[in-house]
Amino acid sequence: MTDDPLIDIRGVRHTFRTASGPLKVLDGLDLSVPEGGFVAVVGPSGCGKSTLTRLVAGLMIPDEGTVRVHGAPVTGPRSNVGMAFQNPVLLEWRSILDNVLLPLEIVPTKLSKPEREARARRLLALVGLEGFENKRPSELSGGMKQRASLCRALIHQPEVLILDEPFGALDAFTREDLWQTMHRVKEEEPFTGVLITHDLRESIFLADRVVVLSGRPARTQFTLEVPDTGRRTLDHLYTPEAAEMLNTLRHQIEIAQGRAPAAQAAE
Amino acid sequence: MSARKILVPLAAMVVFLALWELLVWVMGWPNYKMASPSDLIPAFQRYWGLFLEMGWQTLWRTVVGLLLAVVFGVALGMIMGFSRTMRDALYPLLVGFNAVPKATVVPIVALMFVGWHDFNTVLIAFMISFFPIAVSVSIGLSTLEPEYRDILRSLGASQATIFWKIALPKTLPEFFGALKVSVTLAFIGTNLMEIVSPHGRGLGALFDSGKTNSDYPLMFAVLIALAFLGIVLYYIVVALERIFAGWADRTV
Ligand SMILES: Nc1ncnc2c1ncn2[C@@H]1O[C@H](COP(=O)(O)OP(=O)(O)OP(=O)(O)O)[C@@H](O)[C@H]1O
Ligand SMILES: [Mg+2]
Repeated sequence: MTDDPLIDIRGVRHTFRTASGPLKVLDGLDLSVPEGGFVAVVGPSGCGKSTLTRLVAGLMIPDEGTVRVHGAPVTGPRSNVGMAFQNPVLLEWRSILDNVLLPLEIVPTKLSKPEREARARRLLALVGLEGFENKRPSELSGGMKQRASLCRALIHQPEVLILDEPFGALDAFTREDLWQTMHRVKEEEPFTGVLITHDLRESIFLADRVVVLSGRPARTQFTLEVPDTGRRTLDHLYTPEAAEMLNTLRHQIEIAQGRAPAAQAAE
Repeated sequence: MSARKILVPLAAMVVFLALWELLVWVMGWPNYKMASPSDLIPAFQRYWGLFLEMGWQTLWRTVVGLLLAVVFGVALGMIMGFSRTMRDALYPLLVGFNAVPKATVVPIVALMFVGWHDFNTVLIAFMISFFPIAVSVSIGLSTLEPEYRDILRSLGASQATIFWKIALPKTLPEFFGALKVSVTLAFIGTNLMEIVSPHGRGLGALFDSGKTNSDYPLMFAVLIALAFLGIVLYYIVVALERIFAGWADRTV
């Protein structure tokens, strides 16, 4: 990890023109992610978190402010991004293996066909889906679909991995399983990550920095550095340090939701 | 396909014909009230050549009308599926067009293109059957979750790539569902025109000539021939669906 930010968002403002008039979603958003870093973004529902991911992916350009990746302004989609959403959006008419291979049909690659397949199989094995390569998505459980979706997001070795509430629809046990899978994946397939989540425990378990956004229009309200404790296990979530971080974050969310006066934030 | 899959419907059909025969016999109906299956065999034997020829006429006109409906319906569905403005503009127009009972359009078209039997028959088959296709394709495309697009768009894929790789295949189950409705509609359209159009050809015209000559067994024989053709057309669509959208079938 170096200190040069790979993703650098400065003073971003954006207003949507909707049928019921302009809707200001982002107002003074700053966020930077160092290379190899993993930043979690939390904030009230509808504050503009998904909009933020679309900016990083180049799917939209902000009205004001800059979004840079590797120092170059993002002007449109670039193939060095991998995305996974709460909805795994696998293609039902393809096998799991062919679903994972999809990005390589778009992004130029030097890999030969057997090499591509071998890579897809390796990724699937890494997330625990060995033996499911030829199954259809409908034959998989929600958690397994999410694992396959993760493989698809990583197959083309993207520099930036964008995860928009990928585990939001899963039950608590499956979710914790997937958190551990994420750590394993990050060791084997290093990436720079942005994770949108509603789960504070998830944010401090996975990320090394947690950013709290204010209510709409979103700005960066608070940043928490998660100390590097080496390899994390679920036990870390039950330490006094974790409890304190969770408390701080919960309090910040209350402020963002307008349920606690901002003055207390200084405490 | 197992033997059971053929034998069961076949047995059902035999039972149906037997009941029909029995009903006519018990009620003592004369031929002009209700012909019985045993009366149909001589009718088929007598007009064997005619049935083949007219059946072929009906079949190809229906298929050509349906193919036109597919091309036009898919194009219209794509326009409405991708553009909200076009959807808002065209939808009421389409609904109004579809609401007009085609039985009232048939005589108009028959007069407009009098003598052009092939053309006006194909035209009605087309007009009556494109609506479900256009609607299903437009709904299929416009309800595509944005994440599907984003997955490919974030990699720099073009709109055309997104259409071929995702939007089109994802719409296929809805398309085939509509095609099953459309094939029957096109068949009805063809027959309506064949019956109304003077000196027409096709099974509809054969039915009409049976009517003029009070040949009741012939009329019933035509109905059976129509049912047979209808079944064949329907199952061809089902077979195509199995091939191209079989993945959507969760029961297997
Ligand atoms: N393309 C768009 N046009 C108009 N309004 C939009 C558009 N995209 C999002 N919005 C609106 O902007 C606001 C922020 O949306 P966004 O999806 O970024 O929120 P979010 O923080 O991801 O919400 P959630 O927590 O529910 O996922 C919402 O009120 C949404 O309705
Ligand atoms: Mg969102």
